[in-house]
Amino acid sequence: MKKKDEIPIIIKIQNNDFDISKEMKKLQTNETGAIVNFVGIVRGKDEKTNEEIYSMTLEHYPGMTELEIEDIVKDSTKRWEIEAVTVIHRIGKLFSSDQIVFVGVASKHRQNAFDACNYIMDWLKTKAPFWKIEEGSKEKKWVEFNSSDSKATRKWEQK
Amino acid sequence: MIIKYFSWIREYVGTSEEEIILPDSVSTIDDLINYLMDSNEKYKPAFLKRDLVKIAVNKSYSSINTKIYNKDEIAFFPPVTGG
Repeated sequence: MKKKDEIPIIIKIQNNDFDISKEMKKLQTNETGAIVNFVGIVRGKDEKTNEEIYSMTLEHYPGMTELEIEDIVKDSTKRWEIEAVTVIHRIGKLFSSDQIVFVGVASKHRQNAFDACNYIMDWLKTKAPFWKIEEGSKEKKWVEFNSSDSKATRKWEQK
Repeated sequence: MIIKYFSWIREYVGTSEEEIILPDSVSTIDDLINYLMDSNEKYKPAFLKRDLVKIAVNKSYSSINTKIYNKDEIAFFPPVTGG
């Protein structure tokens, strides 16, 4: 098992798209037995109003975002045996079907990778300082915080 | 002191960043919000729903009671919506 401070962690905030298969290859070492990826995608419709979403623009707090994600990832490496983690989050203008976020976790065995990926994503949604404004056919509106996201983090507090 | 604003709070305030000299009367985040709201009308809608305003001091989540100093970087923003 790697020492916690030797685990390779990549955190990137970028305008550009990412290539999932390239990111997966970067995570893999000769000790890797499992890689779990999460990819977030821009939905084409607002779930509440059913209105079409043409685009959204993401802003963030440079500096704090990286610190918050690093804290979340480091917490995950304390809870599960993990070999490598990559988190990529896009900012700027994105269109429906675009990839927004990538979380990849490599481990020796699958359960650690599944759990750590889920944990990182749940906390990223509630702690990492990003904000989305959605541009539909009629108006622009700031996306409201979803209380189900904070409920999702509770399962990690009970353990 | 540098103060940063994000998302709809930035839109109400009309700037993403400003620098102020911290008055002696201001020692906590709560004092700072009151000071800003007294100084200009534009801060009122931004801080109207205070429980929706998240606070960071030096890029770390903080509370309304956090003590602040002139060298600090403060940020006000709504609940986050990334991912």
